[in-house]
Amino acid sequence: TACKFAGLSDISISEDIPVEGDISVPVGSQNPDDDFSTLDEPVKDTILRDLRAVGQKFVHVLYPKKSSALLKDWDLWGPLLLCVTLALMLQGGSADSGEDGRPQFAEVFVIIWFGSVIITLNSKLLGGTISFFQSLCVLGYCILPLTVAMIVCRIILLGALSSVSFVVRLIVVTASFCWSTFASTAFLADSQPANRKALVVYPVFLFYFVISWMILTFSPSP
Amino acid sequence: MANTDIHLQFQEFEDGQGFTENNQGATTVTIDDPFKSRKQRKATGTAFEEEDSDDKTELLSGQKKSAPFWTFEYYQTLFDVDSHQVKNRIVGSILPWPGKNFAEVYLRSKPDLYGPFWICATLIFAIAISGNISSFLANYGQPKYKYVPDFRKVTMAATAIYSYAWLVPLALWGFLTWRNRKITSLVSYSFMQIVCVYGYSLSIYIPAVILWIIPSEGLRWCSIVVALCLSGSVLVMTFWPAIRDDKPRISIAIISTIVMLHVLLAVGCKTCFFSTYEMDSSKVHNEPLTATNTSSTKAN
Repeated sequence: TACKFAGLSDISISEDIPVEGDISVPVGSQNPDDDFSTLDEPVKDTILRDLRAVGQKFVHVLYPKKSSALLKDWDLWGPLLLCVTLALMLQGGSADSGEDGRPQFAEVFVIIWFGSVIITLNSKLLGGTISFFQSLCVLGYCILPLTVAMIVCRIILLGALSSVSFVVRLIVVTASFCWSTFASTAFLADSQPANRKALVVYPVFLFYFVISWMILTFSPSP
Repeated sequence: MANTDIHLQFQEFEDGQGFTENNQGATTVTIDDPFKSRKQRKATGTAFEEEDSDDKTELLSGQKKSAPFWTFEYYQTLFDVDSHQVKNRIVGSILPWPGKNFAEVYLRSKPDLYGPFWICATLIFAIAISGNISSFLANYGQPKYKYVPDFRKVTMAATAIYSYAWLVPLALWGFLTWRNRKITSLVSYSFMQIVCVYGYSLSIYIPAVILWIIPSEGLRWCSIVVALCLSGSVLVMTFWPAIRDDKPRISIAIISTIVMLHVLLAVGCKTCFFSTYEMDSSKVHNEPLTATNTSSTKAN
């Protein structure tokens, strides 16, 4: 059939003319200022950049405003660091305490990660728009106030084990529990439909409550 | 050619019926428009009727899709509840009303897994924490006693409660399905509905377990009896319509088995985690220890 468009009526391409040419795409690694390839930089730069990102997120957790920095560039280094620190500090320092009712390292680790996964699955099943790793990132970073409380409790427990120290520890742990829950809710609640916010917040509350309980009932072996 | 002239002639229709039969676009709607009835019900403003119209609109618009159980969407349909629905279901299981079948009134063929899962999780941690607090309070005055959080209780409690919440409904559902083949009854429940009813019926135990912290035997047995009556009656009122058409011996046997298992769970939890005798609590601490540690505990 003849071509109907006036401007193109004189174009005819036969099929046996080979098309040849030279296509060159500017490759990023040839440009030293381009930061898509980080393989060539010194290790110190890589570590410092990651540490700076982790530190920035710590600041965001300590002053929870509605910012998307935690959500956009999620990473799991911070949660891993916090989880290992917390689990190590809940150990009590002695290898064989005689009464091993206190949680082992693996138990704390499993509770934190398994708990985070379950809460993330719960929020996704309820129709949340947050992604899996973003949610793990937020929940892990919001353990920071509780880790700080653990450090403070250990320092308090270096003194005498009395009821005054218990009351002080109770206040510190309660404050950091409220802080953690509030911080993570500030990040997570936006991603849920309005009539299900309470259903998503309650498991987060339970999760931090259990961790706070473990911190509060920690008693070092003599 | 002559035939087409006949078709082109204008034909009179007697009444509107021939017109509507030929024209497929115009349908006479005789049922209530679902959206209009929903607005009318919303105007009356009661939550009960809102849930009713939510169900009706879903059924009428044909959105009830059943995805296969290995896909994520299947489980999303099981979590398709709102906060106020969960709240209503919990209230309905704590305060059973005679004549209100829990499954009929609250579940209405939309069972959810959110309630059973999180109620069981809360109950497990409530038992573990309350058990630790109560053993701490019971041994408070003694100088030799050093409080150690017994983490093993959490795993034991988790195994017991989750197996109760899943295996007993599985057995009950299997039995009811088997009986349904022989005796057709008006009411039959799906597996998810039975899991849902059992899960929500455990919610009364959470305040009861928290009350067990107070080291008074009378109060503990009192709260057990009250909790058993309330949750037992929820279960009985749910399952009685499903089995009352059966032979009376079998109906009585099923009801008594349901109640007996419920009693066993409550009493078992209390005995394992809340014993007020000092010997029992030290036994619970010492039993899981390995042989290398028995020498140090014998010195105690």
